[in-house]
Amino acid sequence: MSGAATTRAMLQAVAPGATPVATAIGQPNAIAMGFFFLFIAVTLGITWWAAKRTRTTDDFYAAGRTVTAGQNGFALAGDYMSAASFLGIAGLVSTSGFDGLIYSTGWLVGWPVVLFLIAEPLRNLGRYTFADVVALRLRQTPVRLAAALGTLATVSLYLIAQMVGAGALIKLMFGLSYETSVVIVGLAMLTYVLFGGMIATTWVQIVKAVLLMGGASLLALLVLARFGFNPAALFAAAADKYGSGVLAPGKLVSNPLDAISLGMALMFGTAGLPHILMRFYTVGDARAARTSVFYATGLIGLFYLMTFVLGFGAMVLVGPEVITSVDRGGNMAAPLLAELLGGTPFLGFIAAVAFATILAVVAGLTLSGAAALSHDLWVNVVRRGEASQAEQLRVARGATIGLGVLAIALGITFKGQNVAYMVSLAFAIAASANFPALLLSVFWRRCTTAGAVASMLVGTVVTLVLIGLSPTVQVDILHRAGAPFPLKNPALVTIPLSFLTGIVVSLLAREASAVEGFAGLERRMHLGEAAGD
Amino acid sequence: MHDHEARLTALGSARWKVAGTLTAAVMLLYFGFIALIAYNRALLARPVGRGLTLGILLGALVIVAAWLLTWVYVRWANAHYDAEVGALNR
Repeated sequence: MSGAATTRAMLQAVAPGATPVATAIGQPNAIAMGFFFLFIAVTLGITWWAAKRTRTTDDFYAAGRTVTAGQNGFALAGDYMSAASFLGIAGLVSTSGFDGLIYSTGWLVGWPVVLFLIAEPLRNLGRYTFADVVALRLRQTPVRLAAALGTLATVSLYLIAQMVGAGALIKLMFGLSYETSVVIVGLAMLTYVLFGGMIATTWVQIVKAVLLMGGASLLALLVLARFGFNPAALFAAAADKYGSGVLAPGKLVSNPLDAISLGMALMFGTAGLPHILMRFYTVGDARAARTSVFYATGLIGLFYLMTFVLGFGAMVLVGPEVITSVDRGGNMAAPLLAELLGGTPFLGFIAAVAFATILAVVAGLTLSGAAALSHDLWVNVVRRGEASQAEQLRVARGATIGLGVLAIALGITFKGQNVAYMVSLAFAIAASANFPALLLSVFWRRCTTAGAVASMLVGTVVTLVLIGLSPTVQVDILHRAGAPFPLKNPALVTIPLSFLTGIVVSLLAREASAVEGFAGLERRMHLGEAAGD
Repeated sequence: MHDHEARLTALGSARWKVAGTLTAAVMLLYFGFIALIAYNRALLARPVGRGLTLGILLGALVIVAAWLLTWVYVRWANAHYDAEVGALNR
């Protein structure tokens, strides 16, 4: 999604001759700073409290498996709803109307898939990472290596997009320098994860989800109050002002295959996002995992329904010209709307919410990356599963520091680059590298080590290569005339390819131990951990 | 023991059937919506009330329907699946 795509555009925000917009956005705003420091103080307090409770690897990676279904529902929503979805979609709707809503639906439909296919098997079969599940009846080393590759590719791309977005947005809203913003986000996130592990991360995500839902609801109510609490009256006002075309599909979806490909990445990518999958280990049992997805889907669905109101509200009340003059990508639609309806205090609150949004997502990402490095690679590959609790925690924290520093470095390296495509690329890799192998290993008796590994490797590598050859990189970034691969997002090709690779390679050679282990896996998947083996 | 295993296999295929059907339903919903956007814009532009086009209504309904499908699954799993899991664990 848009995000920081427009850093450079922002510098030339006010076109020559245009009237500068009267807004406090971009000026150091005492109220925004106040909310911002309040949020930091509260979350550091939570981290201090969580640190005292983080003694074992179960605490660090899985919050001691004591998170309730309701808490996990909020935390899943907090982990998933990024600044791109809050600021980006509201902006897109405010400038292009109906076309923006296509994204609102797309970002939600992955959740039912997570519930139907993934959440419960994952909870019963794994401990900390999705590789636990794939490796359960297959050979550890190759599976862990391939799964860690897929996880780290997904996490790094997602982190780059979030960090660059964080730098640009905080700069835009608070007037801090880009580098300062990136470092603040990196250090705050590092503090949460390093000391408070999954307990602190969970609560940061819950606080963020409550703030985001509260802020968006209040903003939506203030908009609707101007239209007699009737969304149709708001849409009618938009049509009166900008033509009935804003209420119907426009030119954004010019190529149907592109739309379907992106849709596939969003639908199946959610079920392969390592930081989302990891959350299912934090609850007590499969039933709690199930209930938590139901809550999360309701919260996220409600949020995306509110983007209809926020987007059209910004279009009618603020106006697309004003929105794009502040930020060409339209990302400031929701903050401008807040300023218009609630003055500087409400703007400050929404700015702090956007900041909290980014922090919660990067904390979840970093923790899942650290789990892949320490639990999958160090403990299970290097140490063959023989490592003391103290050693595991030490390595996990070392990996967290490494990833935190890397996130800051990547954020600064990619300053001013168009990184919006990296989020959809992260979804494409999650959908092609992680999801097929996970599904095949759980539901298909004949799945072998070679099949799962081939599926994960092909999913990761082909997705990366095809995105490199796609118009997204060739035309938008490198400014070439055309691209060798026609689709902007490769998921339409890479998801079926990854499934096919897994199936064909599994059928080529039997693996007796994998077939024998399937009965035990099935028993444990349905009856829980106690029934395993 | 044999009975236990047969019941477990039956439970597995029942869950797979429900999960598969619901996944197909959510795919049909969403990709059906995308197909309409791609191939029948005129239909989605049709007004169904003042200020409301069929496109906006369907977009909102896709979100609501996806959530209702999760509710259908949770209802089924809490009632039937958990009961059988409980019986098999005893």
